[in-house]
Amino acid sequence: MFQIVEKRKLNDSMTLMVIDAPFVAKKAKAGQFIILRVDEFGERIPLTVADYDRARGTVTIIYQIVGQTTMKLDQLNVGDALLDFIGPLGKPSELEGYHRAAVIGGGAGCAIAWPQAKALHAMGCKVDMIAGFRTKDIIILEDEMRAASDNLYLMTDDGSNGNKGFTTTALQQNIENGADYDLVVAIGPLVMMRAVVNVTKPLGIKTIVSMNPIMIDGTGMCGGCRLTVGGKTKFACVDGPDFDGFEVDFDEAIQRGRTYFDQERAAAREESCKLMEGAKNA
Amino acid sequence: MPNMQVEKTPMPEQEPQVRCHNFEEVAKGYTEEMAHNEAERCLHCKNRPCVSGCPVGVHIPDFIAHVAAGEYEEAFQTIQLTNTLPAVCGRVCPQETQCESKCVRGIKGEPVGIGRLERFVADWHMQHSGDKDAVKPAPSNGHKVAVIGAGPAGLTCAGDLAAKGYEVTIYEALHVAGGVLMYGIPQFRLPKEIVQKEIDALKAKGVTINTDMVIGKVLEIDELFEMGYEAIFVGTGAGLPNFMNIPGEGLVGTYSANEFLTRVNLMKAYKPEYDTPILPVKKVAVVGGGNVAMDAARTALRLGAEEVHIVYRRSEEEMPARREEVHHAKEEGVHFNLLTNPVAIHGDEKGRVCAIECMHMELGEPDASGRRRPVPVEGSNFQIPVDCVVMAIGNSPNPLIRSTTKGLEANRRGCIVVDADTMATTREGVYAAGDAVSGAATVILAMGGGKQAAASIDAFIQGKAN
Repeated sequence: MFQIVEKRKLNDSMTLMVIDAPFVAKKAKAGQFIILRVDEFGERIPLTVADYDRARGTVTIIYQIVGQTTMKLDQLNVGDALLDFIGPLGKPSELEGYHRAAVIGGGAGCAIAWPQAKALHAMGCKVDMIAGFRTKDIIILEDEMRAASDNLYLMTDDGSNGNKGFTTTALQQNIENGADYDLVVAIGPLVMMRAVVNVTKPLGIKTIVSMNPIMIDGTGMCGGCRLTVGGKTKFACVDGPDFDGFEVDFDEAIQRGRTYFDQERAAAREESCKLMEGAKNA
Repeated sequence: MPNMQVEKTPMPEQEPQVRCHNFEEVAKGYTEEMAHNEAERCLHCKNRPCVSGCPVGVHIPDFIAHVAAGEYEEAFQTIQLTNTLPAVCGRVCPQETQCESKCVRGIKGEPVGIGRLERFVADWHMQHSGDKDAVKPAPSNGHKVAVIGAGPAGLTCAGDLAAKGYEVTIYEALHVAGGVLMYGIPQFRLPKEIVQKEIDALKAKGVTINTDMVIGKVLEIDELFEMGYEAIFVGTGAGLPNFMNIPGEGLVGTYSANEFLTRVNLMKAYKPEYDTPILPVKKVAVVGGGNVAMDAARTALRLGAEEVHIVYRRSEEEMPARREEVHHAKEEGVHFNLLTNPVAIHGDEKGRVCAIECMHMELGEPDASGRRRPVPVEGSNFQIPVDCVVMAIGNSPNPLIRSTTKGLEANRRGCIVVDADTMATTREGVYAAGDAVSGAATVILAMGGGKQAAASIDAFIQGKAN
């Protein structure tokens, strides 16, 4: 069992948890992920390692409440424990040798983009962090992202923070203003990553994307997380989760990501009814 | 006088039209009376040909003699001398190509039902032995061994070493022990409760099992040596599913057999109280002709599919699946499309599978495997309308260990290279067996390899100590 030692609400739908998992903490690196299971009946879900503390033996995860499993997870509090916490899985990001990078996070993707920015920054790379949110109220990790970058560009779809536009708007502006990026890291919704690649590919700026498909075991066994990359079948769990953005078949990934859409929606509805019922009876 | 009945004593089974709608075990097992009747068919040949057909060398005539005498616990103890997982082997071993293929009674009739008797004995023991009979751990000999992977090879190796007094720790990547016995072979062929009891028995013998530990990621082989393990056994299986690399394998509704079976067996998608989703498929094509393909096809039926097809490029004769499994699948209504090879999977506008396109094949000259090579018939393309395709065309060994361990050699196919007699790898102190070495094979071959490795590890450590 893996104890929750800290829990912090980042916004209405996103939560940060620090988990006691000394073996994982000892080995985790930026870009890797873990798989957790909340209880005996639960699914195994992958979440990216947001941070780790080797001395304390803890691993930080950030999740968005999107379905049944994350709803269940969010019911747990400090002192409770997760049934399973497996990792670190996947390949660490290869971030060495760049001089100026744009690290782009979209919504919940900022939770994954932030550690990448931190790692690049720590290696002496100049980092522009571009973070996009739907609206001002759901901005997360602002201080953390600022600390991990040279410049932070916070964008909102509705302009509520005074900076209207998508992440690609800021990226394009920076490039037009002469930012000589030799690396772009894009992490967020598949449509955002595809849009970023549409900007960077014509310019030939190396672009790493982090894929987060459906998976079960996370060790290469089920093949559920397969993607087409450069015309070849790749498994996100063992070959990724980072891939060359120019090569990824985003359209296929978007379709595959919706495989259980109907069932997930029904399960989430059921779970929220259960929670409301529980609250009424409490 | 032995019982000269020509045929095996039949084993009761659920009716095909009933069982194809439930996940309960198909074969119900012998009663004491049936077991006695079957045990009496053994001739107790002096040269024991059956034993030579068993990869773990079960003392077959001896345990059968105990069954005939009604001494079931003694029969169990006899099997257990060489076999760590009798309830599993009695169910899933291909006895027809092993022990039973050597049985003299098979010359003029059916061989003795050795597998059925083994299952009877193991089940009898589970039902009748309480805690009082629980095995106690052997006294420690002070030596530590790590086993990677809690599948058939690892469990066998661990069991044999623990019996000799070694302190054995198994590291397992998934959240439960059992490997393919848990995630792969379906409930209706091998109930998970039975597997769990075998694993619990192993724990009672003093074996420690650490789940959720992906060796190669969370710890590497070198670190295990630093932690004081004197030898390491690698039984990580063949857990990397193969695809055909035909168009449409990325469509929604295309599964590897591993994923399809794992969702159902390990993650229990068929039970409403579990959260795991699986697509509500109606027409399913399973590509392949092995046991895994039969398991996937029969699982699809039980999930409610109305029409299930096996698509296999050779003829029935070349099918690697056990005859019994093919027979069961046919009885349950699975359609067999033989000499048929998929060339593409087609999808609808939402990217969901809507048909599998195949070609007819004919058999040409024998290939390297000795089986006649299937050759496509030009212009014979046709489509089967389906909403799900399961690829059951084999697995390759998982690369996590070999890619993180210096000095551990693998061959071109990714199989770990070992000395065939000792199961020693190219790295001193590291042994390997099972599918990680052979590529996808059977439970009992993996167990045989695990057993050999345990003997070699014992010799290696004792050799160092003296």
